Amino acid sequence: MKFFYEVGRYFIFLRSLFINRESFKTYYHLVLEECLSIGVGSLFLVVLVSTFIGAVSTVQTAYNLVSPLIPRYVIAQVVREMTVLELAPTIMAIIYAGKVGSSMAGGLGTMRITEQIDAVEVMGINSISYLVLPKIIASVLMYPLLVVIAGFCSLFGGYLIGAATGIITPPEYIFGIRFVFNEFTITFALIKSVAFAFLISSISSFKGFYTQGGALEVGIATTGAVTNSVIAVLIADYLLAQLLLA
Amino acid sequence: MIKIKDISKSFDDKVVLESISGEFQKGKCNLIIGSSGTGKSVLLKCIVGLIAVDGGKVFYDMRNFSDADHDMKAEIRREIGMLFQGGALFDSKTVEKNVMFPLDILTKMKPDEKIDRVNFCLKRVGLENVGKKMPSEISGGMKKRVGIARAIVNNPAYLFCDEPNSGLDPQTSILIDELIQDITYELNTTTIVVTHDMNSVMGMGDNIMYLYKGHKLWEGSKDDVTHSGVRELDDFVFANKVMSALRDKL
Ligand SMILES: Nc1ncnc2c1ncn2[C@@H]1O[C@H](COP(=O)(O)OP(=O)(O)OP(=O)(O)O)[C@@H](O)[C@H]1O
Ligand SMILES: [Mg+2]
Repeated sequence: MKFFYEVGRYFIFLRSLFINRESFKTYYHLVLEECLSIGVGSLFLVVLVSTFIGAVSTVQTAYNLVSPLIPRYVIAQVVREMTVLELAPTIMAIIYAGKVGSSMAGGLGTMRITEQIDAVEVMGINSISYLVLPKIIASVLMYPLLVVIAGFCSLFGGYLIGAATGIITPPEYIFGIRFVFNEFTITFALIKSVAFAFLISSISSFKGFYTQGGALEVGIATTGAVTNSVIAVLIADYLLAQLLLA
Repeated sequence: MIKIKDISKSFDDKVVLESISGEFQKGKCNLIIGSSGTGKSVLLKCIVGLIAVDGGKVFYDMRNFSDADHDMKAEIRREIGMLFQGGALFDSKTVEKNVMFPLDILTKMKPDEKIDRVNFCLKRVGLENVGKKMPSEISGGMKKRVGIARAIVNNPAYLFCDEPNSGLDPQTSILIDELIQDITYELNTTTIVVTHDMNSVMGMGDNIMYLYKGHKLWEGSKDDVTHSGVRELDDFVFANKVMSALRDKL
């Protein structure tokens, strides 16, 4: 019962995002600020994680492809498919939920318990759209960019480790990542990343926005935001794969 | 003038307010007093619509706020300045930006006009040279005063203050009380102040509503508050040593 109540409240929350908005100009600066903090703030972690994942995938794929009948460039091809389809959009989404989602929920939760949201509301501003809409727009704009960067770094990580260890030479690797390449996988990854960005930012904001109580509840809201976002991302991941790939 | 009619509010099974009615006069300091936990803050939030009431209506100068649509509500709220019990400053913005916030959102003033207005308001609450500081870098009492500056920056028609001088030293308290009074008389605002400080009550209580466990027990002015004949109110008023010494003198 509680679950359906929460889901219903979430959709009401989404609806009030878009009604009774402030002027466009108000949002412009807010969105830019959020883009900076979300995009630039997450860049280091995204680069670090994706580079390592690319490198490790390369090593492990090579370790599993022992047959001399399989050409080496297949390693790069496998790494490419994994990266573009799943690692970049989905694994990064989980990291994004942990980093950006939790900070959205924590920030809004703190604003709630210290009455800052009430202060916005009492000025006659629609606090939901004023505080949350910029976060969602910024997420939907920045997350796909982060995914593109993650994909690049991951492939580059594989390239580096291949060259460094001699598992696969640079020409083989480059050949592999270009071999029978289906451009739709990129489109698919970008569609996924827009969906994930929306889910993570809206669910995390929702959790933070309706925090009740004190600092302890802010902590609970933050954890809840990450858990719920990750679950939603995984479900969406499956549904989108069924819908667009099957 | 703000009029409330039969305001009731419960949280789950706990009844916090029971059928409170009353009038808050324009150009006067209207006080809501009562001991801790009697529902003063809740009543204030019901009046501004931050808490949905279970029953009852609120009127702002004959405008029915409780049944107003979103636009009407927003319009009324744009005439409200509110000081929250904890200050409620935006902790991601500097003091200056905090005070400027209502001007940024609600007016079309030019940047240097806004700065002037902000500095003027900060000066009025006795704060200078803190404009560039973050809320986390100033003291609790200073936060309160910044909160007041933010509440008055846009010349509100209705001013709400939840314990404007708790946590302040006696001298600053009096300064803040006088400031709220001055603004009220100057701008002819309808001011509602929640307090449990007898000093403020005697200083600015043009119109006092005494709450006791969610009920309105008494209403009157500061001239009558010392001889109301209501036992609970007497206990409240003379809990203060100075006040009880004063009573013995009379
Ligand atoms: N959101 C809420 N949920 C449940 N109970 C609440 C809520 N807000 C307030 N209460 C209860 O309502 C009662 C009145 O609270 P309120 O904050 O109005 O007290 P107050 O008169 O302002 O006291 P103080 O002088 O200490 O600020 C308290 O018993 C409190 O527990
Ligand atoms: Mg209170």
